[in-house]
Amino acid sequence: MSNFLETSLAELQTGLRNRDFSSRELTEFFLNRIDEKDGEIKAFLSLAPKKALKKAEEADKRFASGDENLPPLLGIPLAVKDVLAVEGLPATAGSKILEGFMPPYTSTAVSKLLDAGMIVLGKTNTDEFAMGSSTENSAYFTSRNPWDTSRVPGGSSGGSAASVASQMAPFALGTDTGGSVRQPAAFCGVTGLKPTYGRVSRYGLIAYGSSLDSVGVFGRSAADSAALFSVMAGKDPLDATSLDMPVPEINLNGSTNLKGMKIGVPKEYFVEGIQAAVEEKVREAIKQFESLGAEIIDVQLPHTQYAVPVYYLIAPAEASANLARFDGVRYGLRVENDDVIEMVKESRGAGFGEEVKRRIMLGTYALSSGYYDAYYGQAQKVRTLIQNDFLEVYKTVDMIAAPVAPTTAFKIGMHTDDPLAMYLEDVYTLPANLAGVPGLAFPVGFDQKNLPIGMQLMGRHFEEEKLFHAVHAYQNDTNWHTKSPKV
Amino acid sequence: MLLSKEEVEHIAMLARLNLSEEEKERYREQLSSILGHVAQLQALNTDDVEPLVSVLAKEMPLREDLPSPGLSLKEATENAPDVKADQFKVPPILDGADE
Repeated sequence: MSNFLETSLAELQTGLRNRDFSSRELTEFFLNRIDEKDGEIKAFLSLAPKKALKKAEEADKRFASGDENLPPLLGIPLAVKDVLAVEGLPATAGSKILEGFMPPYTSTAVSKLLDAGMIVLGKTNTDEFAMGSSTENSAYFTSRNPWDTSRVPGGSSGGSAASVASQMAPFALGTDTGGSVRQPAAFCGVTGLKPTYGRVSRYGLIAYGSSLDSVGVFGRSAADSAALFSVMAGKDPLDATSLDMPVPEINLNGSTNLKGMKIGVPKEYFVEGIQAAVEEKVREAIKQFESLGAEIIDVQLPHTQYAVPVYYLIAPAEASANLARFDGVRYGLRVENDDVIEMVKESRGAGFGEEVKRRIMLGTYALSSGYYDAYYGQAQKVRTLIQNDFLEVYKTVDMIAAPVAPTTAFKIGMHTDDPLAMYLEDVYTLPANLAGVPGLAFPVGFDQKNLPIGMQLMGRHFEEEKLFHAVHAYQNDTNWHTKSPKV
Repeated sequence: MLLSKEEVEHIAMLARLNLSEEEKERYREQLSSILGHVAQLQALNTDDVEPLVSVLAKEMPLREDLPSPGLSLKEATENAPDVKADQFKVPPILDGADE
C-alpha cells in the first residue's frame, strides 16, 4: 500500500489519472488510518466505509474508461462536519435532539464536491449545533487535538480539523459562524478557509446564526484548499443569501512574489492576553510576507473590543429563532406529553445540551419585549461600526494579518465552568464574521509545548483568491504546513 | 445586571424550554455575568448609526415563483417521531378536543 501522507492534491490528481494508484487504494488508506487513529482522536461521529469504497470503485472505472472529461476531484476522499446534510448519512449536529436523523437531501456545498467526484468518508464531530470553541459541547464526545490528546482540537469544527491534522482525511468541510473553521485550523496546524458571507451556499446546513454562518474547508495547504473552494463557491438558487459573483478558477502557479500587495497589521489584535509565543510567531510570519515583497502597514480596527459582546447577542438571538424548529413534531427527539406545549418544552429541555440552552436563553432574552432595542438593536448598530472599521482599512490595504486565537490549544475542561471565559477566546475570529469578510488561517510555527500557532489573513469581500495567493507564497517559502503530529 | 429567578422562568417559557431547578439557578448566574459583559455596548453612542441587518445584500434577490418537485410525503415524514396517515401527529391543541 502506498503512503499518501505527504501527497498534495495535485499529486493525488496526477497519480489517479496516470493510474499509479487507484481511488480504492487511496480511500482504503484513509479508512485504515481512521481505524488505527480515531479511537484516540475521536474526530468522527459516523463513518460510511462501504459507500466510500463503492464510490471509489466507480471512480476507478471512470479513470479506466479513457474518458477525457473527468471531474476535477474524482476519487478524492473528504470528511464532512456533521452539520451539513448528506443524503443517506446521519446528521446529528452533535446534538441528542437529532440522534438518528437521516436528511432527505444533500447540502449544496457537499453536492458540488460530490459532482466534482469526491468521496465522503464520514461525518465529523462538532460542538452541538456548532456552538462552541472546543468540541466539548458535542453531546457525543470531545475530540482530541492530535498534537496533544489532553487538549482540545478547537471548535466548533474540531472533528474536521483533527481529521485533516491526523491525516485521517486529506480534506474536510467545516462551518465558520464565529471562527469555527479558523480557530480549530490554528489549534491543529492545518489550513482553513472561512469564505465571504454569501460566497458558498448554506442550503442543507443546519442553521445556527444565519447572518454569520459560512461553509468553509480544511486542507493541508492553501493550494489544496483553494481547489475545493473554487468548486463549492457560487450562486445557488436554493440559498437566497448566496450571491451571483464570478468564481475565479484559482491558479497559484507562480504566485510566489507578493510585490505590490499591501498587508495591514491591526494593533488591536496584539494586546494583553495574547500568549507571547503566538505574538512572536505571527510577527515572524509578517516579516516573511514582507520579505516576499508585501508592504506591511500598521492599521487600526478600533471597535475590535466590541466584537465579543456584539457576537454573543446577535448569534444567540438568531440561534433562538433558528432552533425553534426543533419542536418534537417533524423530526428529532420527542418526549411524550398529553399537553402540546409541555411536549415541546420537555422535548427541547431533554434534547438540547447545556450550551445550546444557554444560547437560546440568551438570545430569547435579547429579543424579548422591552429589551430588543437595548440588546439586539444596539448590537446590530455596533456591528455596522465593526464592518466600517474593515471597509475603512481596506481603502489602504488588500488584507489584514492577525493571530487566529490568543493562545494555542487549551486543556480539555479548562473553560467548561466559565462560558464567558470561553467566549472571550473568540475575540480575534468574530470580527471577520460580523463584517462578512473572508479569512484564511494557516500554521506559522509552534509554541514551547510543540503546539501549532495559527495566523489569519482577512481580505476584502469576495477576494479569497488574493488570500490564497498570499498564503501559497508563504507556504512555498516555509514548511510549517507540512509538519504532522505523531499520532 | 442580575436576573431574577422569575425572569429566568419567563425567558424559558418564551423559549419553550423545560429547565430543572438546578439549571435555572446556573443560567441565572451565567446569563447575569454575560449580560454584565455585553452591557459595555450601551456606552457607545450609536444615534447616527444604521443597524447592520445583512453584511452584503442590499436587497434580497427574488427568483421566479415556479412550481418544482419537492420532497415526497414519505421523505418529508420519515424522520418524524409520530406519523399517522402521512401526517405529523401531535397532542390535542384545542381544549376538549377528542382523539
